[in-house]
Amino acid sequence: MKDFIIPDDRDMGTPARQGAPVTLTVDGFAVTVPEGTSVMRAAAEAGLQIPKLCATDSVEAFGSCRLCVVEIEGRRGTPASCTTPVAPGMVVRTQSDKVRKIRTGVMELYISDHPLDCLTCAANGDCELQDMAGMVGLRDVRYEAPQSGGLTNHFEARSGGEANPQWMPKDDSNPYFTYDPSKCIVCSRCVRACEEVQGTFALTIQGRGFESRVSAGAMGDDFLSSDCVSCGACVQACPTATLQEKSVIELGTPERSVVTTCAYCGVGCSFKAELNGDQVVRMVPYKGGKANRGHSCVKGRFAYGYAAHKDRILGPMIRESIDEPWREVGWNEALEFAANKLRGLQEEYGRRSIGVITSSRCTNEETYLVQKLARQVFANNNTDTCARVCHSPTGYGLGQTLGTSAGTQDFDSVEQTDVVIVIGANPTDAHPVFASRLKKRLRAGAKAIVIDPRRIDLVKSAHIEASHHLALRPGTNVAVVTAMAHVIVTEGLMDEAFIRERCDWDEFAEYAEFVSDPRHSPEATEALTGVPADELRAAARLYATGGNGAIYYGLGVTEHSQGSTTVIGIANLAMMTGNVGRPGVGVNPLRGQNNVQGSCDMGSFPHELPGYRHVKNADVRAVFESLWGVEIDPEPGLRIPNMLDAAVDGSFKGLYCQGEDILQSDPDTKHVAAGLAAMECVIVHDLFLNETANYAHVFLPGSTFLEKDGTFTNAERRINRVRKVMAPRSGYADWEVTQLLANAMGGDWSYDHPGQIMDEIAATTPSFSGVSYDLLEEVGSVQWPCNEAHPEGTPLMHVDGFVRGKGRFIVTEYVATEERTGPRFPLLLTTGRVLSQYNVGAQTRRTENVIWHEEDVLEIHPHDAELRGIKDGDWVRLNSRTGDTALRARATDRVSPGVVYTTFHHPDTQANVVTTDFSDWATNCPEYKVTAVQVSLSNGPTDWQEDYAAQAARARRILPAAE
Amino acid sequence: MSPEKMVHMANQIAIFFESQPGEGQAEKVADHLNDFWEPRMRAQLLDHIAAGGEGLHPLVLDGADKLRAPA
Ligand code: SF4
Ligand code: SF4
Ligand code: SF4
Ligand code: FES
Repeated sequence: MKDFIIPDDRDMGTPARQGAPVTLTVDGFAVTVPEGTSVMRAAAEAGLQIPKLCATDSVEAFGSCRLCVVEIEGRRGTPASCTTPVAPGMVVRTQSDKVRKIRTGVMELYISDHPLDCLTCAANGDCELQDMAGMVGLRDVRYEAPQSGGLTNHFEARSGGEANPQWMPKDDSNPYFTYDPSKCIVCSRCVRACEEVQGTFALTIQGRGFESRVSAGAMGDDFLSSDCVSCGACVQACPTATLQEKSVIELGTPERSVVTTCAYCGVGCSFKAELNGDQVVRMVPYKGGKANRGHSCVKGRFAYGYAAHKDRILGPMIRESIDEPWREVGWNEALEFAANKLRGLQEEYGRRSIGVITSSRCTNEETYLVQKLARQVFANNNTDTCARVCHSPTGYGLGQTLGTSAGTQDFDSVEQTDVVIVIGANPTDAHPVFASRLKKRLRAGAKAIVIDPRRIDLVKSAHIEASHHLALRPGTNVAVVTAMAHVIVTEGLMDEAFIRERCDWDEFAEYAEFVSDPRHSPEATEALTGVPADELRAAARLYATGGNGAIYYGLGVTEHSQGSTTVIGIANLAMMTGNVGRPGVGVNPLRGQNNVQGSCDMGSFPHELPGYRHVKNADVRAVFESLWGVEIDPEPGLRIPNMLDAAVDGSFKGLYCQGEDILQSDPDTKHVAAGLAAMECVIVHDLFLNETANYAHVFLPGSTFLEKDGTFTNAERRINRVRKVMAPRSGYADWEVTQLLANAMGGDWSYDHPGQIMDEIAATTPSFSGVSYDLLEEVGSVQWPCNEAHPEGTPLMHVDGFVRGKGRFIVTEYVATEERTGPRFPLLLTTGRVLSQYNVGAQTRRTENVIWHEEDVLEIHPHDAELRGIKDGDWVRLNSRTGDTALRARATDRVSPGVVYTTFHHPDTQANVVTTDFSDWATNCPEYKVTAVQVSLSNGPTDWQEDYAAQAARARRILPAAE
Repeated sequence: MSPEKMVHMANQIAIFFESQPGEGQAEKVADHLNDFWEPRMRAQLLDHIAAGGEGLHPLVLDGADKLRAPA
């Protein structure tokens, strides 16, 4: 098989620098590097490796091991090359008798305190200590620990017959890696990685000299009980087997690697899948990945075990009714069954009685095919995506104001930001690698403004503290954003030159008049929003005047009745302060699932063909009509909530749902269940029998991201390759299954490889016209638009003008949601997610990540808890106008009084039983983030939960295969 | 869809456009409905309007003649 050739991936020793070119010679070779580069890195650029132990290019040099010494003409002594910056004309010698002697001396000391069990060590062949011993030519070790105590070693449990006080047992509390202190060389690379790369500060070096040890957390902590978030940065940085993946200990060192993309979140980290044969040994963050620059989080790095989980269903199954158990059948039978049902429904109930839901987890190519199935084969526009329930307001809001439905920047841009507003997003949990990059920038002096009802980690954690935390009441985003605009306009802090040049001035004038009304002042809205006026004023001033201002937002913005209006308000803020069109600024939606951006781009929405072009436009339809040989319906199709309503009404009867679990993820579970139950043919295409499958008639087994080729598009519009590292366990990749279904319905498709699907996307969609797999092989990844004008993609949007021409200001009037608190439901529930889990949890719950999040809990302010007689850990009942559920309470002042919070990762909690079917005015994106609730003590699960569990168990029965 | 829900959703759109400066709000409401509401939803809305349009925001009613009747 042909693997993508991994470009230069060497450890350059110290981080890259930017600066004026400096030329020096190293061992007689001239090399030119940016000012500030270390001698070590300069040598590496010239292709010369200097021995090193404590330096690695993910962290700043520390200069402790002295293995990297060199000689420099005109300088005394032997400076460490990792901490010595280059100078013009410098003449460096990396080899001489003098440095060789120093290096062997250093190595000898290290090795004298290191166990020599190399052959059976997990890092055998992948150990820098081993490599360096070889490189410096260490031949004998003369030191020996004295038999009678005194200076002993760290690696023998007993020495001289006595227990060795220096020896410490292995810490294997973390489910994914071990810490074996006996192999530690105290280079502190792990400590620096945890600080500089991850920003968690979980590790320290305790003690001095011979006593010094790496320690996680405080005294008595192990890795699991410490602040460690299991990102793996320390494991990556460790040169020895001290910090080692358990999978490597178990499976051995990998012999091949394939670059691919994490399938968990919208950051879109690049990984090297390291394998033996088709067995994944570990996932290692890839340095060349432009979204993650070599960093990762616990999900992408470690939580891939679901791919081999026993719950995976590997063959198709069918049943006539959902009361029956599943019947395992062959692919042909399942597809024929499904195709006949769907065609039958269309004959009986009309062309528009069936539809599809595309997945934001699947690849662009797969999504494209699913919407094509609806448009070409079903001949309607009933296609939607779970992005409906998260970022559809982004599409509308940014489309209307800036002219394109996407974030404006790349992630690198954060390195040039001076003031960042994070609104309705919790990056340390939901977008961890982006959060690490942001925290790094904050530690370097940038300011943060957090607008969120909860005190998220960005408000205050190790070595960072937000300048302002506007803890607004859920549902008042528009009022807060408009009040910020009020301050900026009335205090004259806007960038008039920018507005005059780049935006429609008359529209701005109208907007300015609107926001200047005293009723929008922070003082006037304080009672409503709960945000102190002076705090809001200070935040607005900081954003407007503090240099490069960037806004990052998430679902706390979109999932509201006024989600689209808030997105518009955010765009207005950026435009009025001139914070668009250069590095360090912009409007950046943080996307939830890995391919939310892509699924929107690919025409998943019922009113838009690929590339955000409305189906009413005949010229756009013509492009696809001529290629597909059918007439395309000019009417918009049903959105997910509309599909469910229509199902309950009896006019929507069949659904093909790829890689989504709408029963668990969509609001008002009972309504979703009623809609699904009313359909006559529900096809679920997924890895597991998910919750939606309880109502399905056909189950088609899905493939994981490891089992297929394709692309994901992350929140930066970056198109990243997903590469197949093993054959699909069910026999077919997801794109093949969709093709089989289309063909069973007469589609006549004949794709042999996802690359051909991308070619079709490029041929039909102007913003993708330059994209091809060949290009991606060559350059790694591209950000759309990628076309003739931008052959290598577009890192920054709206540089010389807005995509729509003039930036458009739109009035943002606050409208209170209908969902209001009152005597019966006095608290506001808002929902979110945690770091270790992903979406409905179907994947992450099937990994060791459950150790960090066994169940969903309800966060409640201690004051509200006390009022209700609730103690930490009690079972409580959560009810709203829509329904009720029970879960355990956690009393915490992270939430304000009056607000409660939970996650939706576990089906037995089903937070969505209580959420309502109110939705965004423009897009029907559900209002997850505001539900009026009451909380009371309870004994355990509610009747509904028990009924649900019983129904689910019944619906999941599978008939034993006929002998 | 329940009539209450439909009326609520249509009115949300009307309330947004009502807040916008300039002319032609009713038309903007109708355009939005034409662009985003599937034919059977518009049919239900038109039926409701024909039956008196109870509960609907005036801008929805004003824009009714611009609503495309589903084919
Ligand atoms: S895994 Fe990450 S958070 Fe944990 S100690 Fe290592 S670097 Fe720090
Ligand atoms: S654990 Fe590894 S990286 Fe950390 S100090 Fe020890 S050897 Fe160095
Ligand atoms: S879950 Fe997100 S942040 Fe974590 S590794 Fe995957 S893409 Fe990166
Ligand atoms: S690598 Fe330079 S001092 Fe350790």
